Amino acid sequence: MLRLVSTASRPSSAGRLGKTAVPPKGRRAFASTSAKHADISLTVDGKEVTVPQGSALIQACEAAGATIPRFCYHDRLAIAGNCRMCLVEVERSPKPVASCAMPAMPGSKVWTNTPLVHEAREGVMEFLLANHPLDCPICDQGGECDLQDQSMRYGSDRSRFHEITGKRAVEDKNLGPLVKTSMNRCIQCTRCVRFANEVAGVEDLGTTGRGNDMQIGMYVEKTMNSELSGNVVDLCPVGALTSKPYAFHARPWELKNTESIDVTDAVGSNIRVDSRGVRVMRVQPRTNDDVNEEWISDKARYAYDGLTFQRLTAPLIKQGDRFVAATWEEALSAIADGLAKTGAQGDEIQAIAGHLADTESLVALKDLINCLGSDNLATDQLGGTAPPVHGVDVRSNYLFNPTIPGIEQADAILLVGTNPRHEAAVLNSRIRKSWLHTTLEVGFIGERVDTAYGYDYLGQDIKAVQEFVAGKGEFAAKFKAAKKPLIIIGSAISEHPDGASVYNQLASYVQTHKNKLLTPEWNGFSVLQRAASRSAAYDIGFVSSAKAAKTTPKFIYLLNADEVDPKSISKDAFVVYQGHHGDLGAQLADVCLPGAAYTEKSTTWVNTEGRAQLGSAAVPPPGASRDDWKIIRALSEVLNVQLPYEDVLALRDRMWEISPTLVRYDAVESTSPDVALAGLKVLVESTKKAAFKGLPFEKPIKNFYMTDPISRASVTMAQCTRAFTGDQESGISDEKGLQAAFA
Amino acid sequence: MSAIARLPKTLPSRTYLSRTFSSSLPRKSDALFVHRDTSYNNPKIPFEFSEENLKRATEIISHYPPQYKKAAVIPLLDLGQRQNKGWTSISVMNRVAKLLEMPPMRVYEVATFYTMFNREPIGEHFVQVCTTTPCMLRGSTDILHTVCQHLGGIKPGETTKDRKFTVVEVECQGACSNAPMIVVGDDFYEDLTRETTAKILDAFAKGEKPKPGPQSGRHTSENSAGLTALTSKPYGPGQFCSPEFQ
Ligand code: SF4
Ligand code: FES
Ligand code: FES
Repeated sequence: MLRLVSTASRPSSAGRLGKTAVPPKGRRAFASTSAKHADISLTVDGKEVTVPQGSALIQACEAAGATIPRFCYHDRLAIAGNCRMCLVEVERSPKPVASCAMPAMPGSKVWTNTPLVHEAREGVMEFLLANHPLDCPICDQGGECDLQDQSMRYGSDRSRFHEITGKRAVEDKNLGPLVKTSMNRCIQCTRCVRFANEVAGVEDLGTTGRGNDMQIGMYVEKTMNSELSGNVVDLCPVGALTSKPYAFHARPWELKNTESIDVTDAVGSNIRVDSRGVRVMRVQPRTNDDVNEEWISDKARYAYDGLTFQRLTAPLIKQGDRFVAATWEEALSAIADGLAKTGAQGDEIQAIAGHLADTESLVALKDLINCLGSDNLATDQLGGTAPPVHGVDVRSNYLFNPTIPGIEQADAILLVGTNPRHEAAVLNSRIRKSWLHTTLEVGFIGERVDTAYGYDYLGQDIKAVQEFVAGKGEFAAKFKAAKKPLIIIGSAISEHPDGASVYNQLASYVQTHKNKLLTPEWNGFSVLQRAASRSAAYDIGFVSSAKAAKTTPKFIYLLNADEVDPKSISKDAFVVYQGHHGDLGAQLADVCLPGAAYTEKSTTWVNTEGRAQLGSAAVPPPGASRDDWKIIRALSEVLNVQLPYEDVLALRDRMWEISPTLVRYDAVESTSPDVALAGLKVLVESTKKAAFKGLPFEKPIKNFYMTDPISRASVTMAQCTRAFTGDQESGISDEKGLQAAFA
Repeated sequence: MSAIARLPKTLPSRTYLSRTFSSSLPRKSDALFVHRDTSYNNPKIPFEFSEENLKRATEIISHYPPQYKKAAVIPLLDLGQRQNKGWTSISVMNRVAKLLEMPPMRVYEVATFYTMFNREPIGEHFVQVCTTTPCMLRGSTDILHTVCQHLGGIKPGETTKDRKFTVVEVECQGACSNAPMIVVGDDFYEDLTRETTAKILDAFAKGEKPKPGPQSGRHTSENSAGLTALTSKPYGPGQFCSPEFQ
């Protein structure tokens, strides 16, 4: 039954470790170019439909508007055909056929609503329920369970099985702190197995035993170590795999659904925030084929419990070594006093934008700082106070230009200083998908990691880049031969001492090979950002001028900035922290202003492709905290430099003035090749004289589960850290003595 | 696979006044389909193919195209099982996975699917009693009983205390024409009666190896009452050929 699954895995598991020993020819077996198929027509329930050749019958039925019940079929996974729920009647076929496993044939006549089909479905349902426990009242899937719904719709109203000896019993598996199992409920659809093997790339999940004894598991004691594991919860059509942190917390009908955008990485995954009252109960993915398909990373899904811990709920003013709660008036005037007392002038006033700053507040803050006569705008990263090496004048210099779905067109990818598996987990699954199904070749420069697909390892420092650019090595040749090559530069490269020369090398490589890397159809030069706010910050020019970068700031405004190096902040500087968590930034502050977290505000997020998306507030911000841009607007009044926008619409007008792309939601504006080339030219010019030290590129994310204040405050993420990374110093209790600061 | 279900059981004869809803017996597995680390079976126990077997393994692998190396998983597991005293430990599976460069889980799936891979240690002589319909009709219930009694009252699936014999029930071995039959090691012992079964087991216990095949004296599966057709001598090679081929 797993035939299809195993053919999906590209047969060089050794390649996963970046071994090049396997002859590259050897693993080409499954390569297939997606040929353009002709369309075929058939009749479903008397309705004529036209579908591309090679579609499954179930897809044709769907196209005709007929609902086909199913358990094992999933359009993003390989076809297994083992649940038999999708039976339909086909003319001249003696038996009902499984529509998911049957290709649509031209001219065939299909019925989905005949007595035979009804009976078949009822029979299948009966068998599925024969061994399924009747524990819906204590099952977390209740209310959103495919088996429950479909047995109501298609099943019989009574059972003929009365096994006094009980039903089949299977022991529960331990898949780690995220996925709770109740394997008695499993109907062996193998969706989870297919997901783990195909999409997530952890080939540990499988089926053991046969017949009545068949069960899902890992055979040996193991946890499912994948940053996408939470998706099996959504995939499981029954309650066999449910969410552990959410267990027994709520029923789906009690929840309010809010469609929003995820901020734990720069992919901008589309999510649905389910809340009850003022609490976020869970986060689920929304389908968006252009961004996250229908997966989200475990951090996006499970870090939400961090939203309830260590929140800043009232403005705080530091007195001595303690924070004292204050009113907004007091806090804002304390800032005005602080600014006056330090005597900060011009560029001595600095603002640092953190990972979770939304676009609205970035724009407001930039306007405020500019109004105060300063150009000293920094991003919260290593070397973020200096102007970024790639410049921000041309968007294509710092964005993921080919777009995320575009990855699937690439036939050679070079990864430089990035581990997409941790920096953009969902995007990484696209690379894996492409690697599985096409002849994609991946080259890797940087710290060795398990990327879930095989790669040619080129080296770990600038030397490897130079060799690649010089065309040395096997991979460089493959890359040159590729039709749509793609270079992905990690965001950590611009933080690296050798960053400038890496950019210089690669940008000039693109210039020389522009006939392939920079055509009207394809822009193969891309930067993979890892912070949700970064693209927006660059888009609005939230960077310092060269002059401003050299000043020592006396007044520092940290907007969600929690990665700052405390040593870089001078003792006598006056520090304001605006954000939602009492994390590192708040610890450094003289005044803390409580902002709203991403689930509490309706703001714009620009993802690594430059795609603006609008999040929405699911719950109100706690306590006295406020929308971030409003805080800045209020402060501007106290500082006597009133910002000219009264409401969010006016602010979005201002954003439109800065760059229309910021408010053109859900669309990606591609840069024309001429402009992109001009951008590269400037980039090459500005980095011409860059020296390099030859230090190895390190992966910027050491612990995938804790990368921002929300995930650092999350208990679930702490458990994941313990379970999956073996990191002993995890846990929220011992976090840098933060509690002490707030005592 | 329901060994317990098919043990000879005398069901009390009942007169059914009405049809019961269900009359099936509980179906229990005779094996565990997850791995549990034990002192004798855990991944830390090393397993390495012997030099000779490694050569054979390489030879087997060479039968398949290099990208379909994993097709060799069944023969290789068998090789490992033979080398590992007749059972496939987790280390054997891991070794095979490594040799074939496939994820270990894919090997576990195969090893748990096929019942002929023993995932628990077995005795020196592995006695498999066929109890599928043709054998059953010819008295395999009796044979199974005899085997179990003769080996000191063990049950199917169990090993004798001296670890000499393991008895299991198996499905049809394809020797129905010589039913009932048992398999000991790799050899078939057919046309059994209680007495011949006991004799075979005794011989094995003494360290001898009885002659495999039908124990009734007949030749293969020929008619036990003598041939009724093809009784004349079969002609040999060359006969009826033109002289130059004779
Ligand atoms: S655990 Fe759920 S998804 Fe996995 S096979 Fe069972 S029913 Fe399907
Ligand atoms: S959906 Fe077709 S067999 Fe499961
Ligand atoms: S039934 Fe026993 S060998 Fe066929």
